[in-house]
Amino acid sequence: MKTLLIIPAYNEEQSIGGVIEDIREHCPETDILVIDDGSADATGKTAQSLGVTVITLPFNLGIGAAVQAGYHYAERNGYDIAVQFDGDGQHRADQVKNLLKPIEKGDADICVGSRFLSRGAYEAEVARLIAIRILSRSISFLVGQKITDPTSGFRAVNRTVIRFFSHFYPDDYPEPESLVLLHKAGLRLSEVPVLMEKRLIGTSSITLLRGLYYMVKVLLAIMIDMIKEVPGR
Amino acid sequence: MDLILVTATIVNILIFVSVIELIRRNRLKEKYSLLWLFSSLVMLWFSVSRKTLHYVSGLIGIQYPPSLIFLLAFFFLIIINIHFSTVISRLSDRSKTLSQEIAILREMLERDKEAKE
Repeated sequence: MKTLLIIPAYNEEQSIGGVIEDIREHCPETDILVIDDGSADATGKTAQSLGVTVITLPFNLGIGAAVQAGYHYAERNGYDIAVQFDGDGQHRADQVKNLLKPIEKGDADICVGSRFLSRGAYEAEVARLIAIRILSRSISFLVGQKITDPTSGFRAVNRTVIRFFSHFYPDDYPEPESLVLLHKAGLRLSEVPVLMEKRLIGTSSITLLRGLYYMVKVLLAIMIDMIKEVPGR
Repeated sequence: MDLILVTATIVNILIFVSVIELIRRNRLKEKYSLLWLFSSLVMLWFSVSRKTLHYVSGLIGIQYPPSLIFLLAFFFLIIINIHFSTVISRLSDRSKTLSQEIAILREMLERDKEAKE
């Protein structure tokens, strides 16, 4: 099946090269698309010099709109499967095949890679873990199935979801929000265990207060999503 | 006629005339001026017609009739602001889609150029 790896990248010149090499090594069959979300550094140039397709947004649109540009591209170029992959080196290309299995078999429309389903120890700040835990409980309740890692941006989707996302993709907290929206559209969600790296470059320092604040904002966004009109598939 | 109502009348006429003038000079689209024109006309009517002002004030229990004009202005400003928020949302949605489109087209164009060379 024709598969596209979508890598949203904003100022990732230090990690993007390694990410692309990692993918080439483990997923030689897939096409790679880097979305340069108005980076100020050489992210786009670095990716281009490695010979992958690069889409350069004219200015920073934010993660949601950047990823959606990738789905537009996937839809237009007739891809059967799209995989979202972070440009910061957190995601591991050797785990992509785990994500693809349920999609290729047709068991799910979207498959999310979960850090928490795997045995590997995932270390993170307590605040982040608490926020993710409460979010995952709430989302599991709303979509009627267990979701352990709703903020994971490591996911594979089929053609139906590619079409859905290219028309309708949330801007603010796209990972958790999109799960709720897909559920509302009657699409099938699934999760598989994956291993992730700790962030190699750049740190995300989340204090307890910020973790809670993030969580409240996402919960509000999700409640609004629940009452939103969602286009049919 | 109270001085405050005279002031309100003058201000509303000024608003109405300025909006018309902005439309005439193509600095304001008719689409976004209708609410301004409508609200200034309603407020003008309440400033000029004592009868209407006192009648409606009495209806909703306002002791000092001219404050009804402030209340109206407040309502209209809220409505106009919500309207503008929806306009901004639509515009930002469109500019997002346009940027994505431009980025995809630019990539296609560059690929085309490379293929030709």
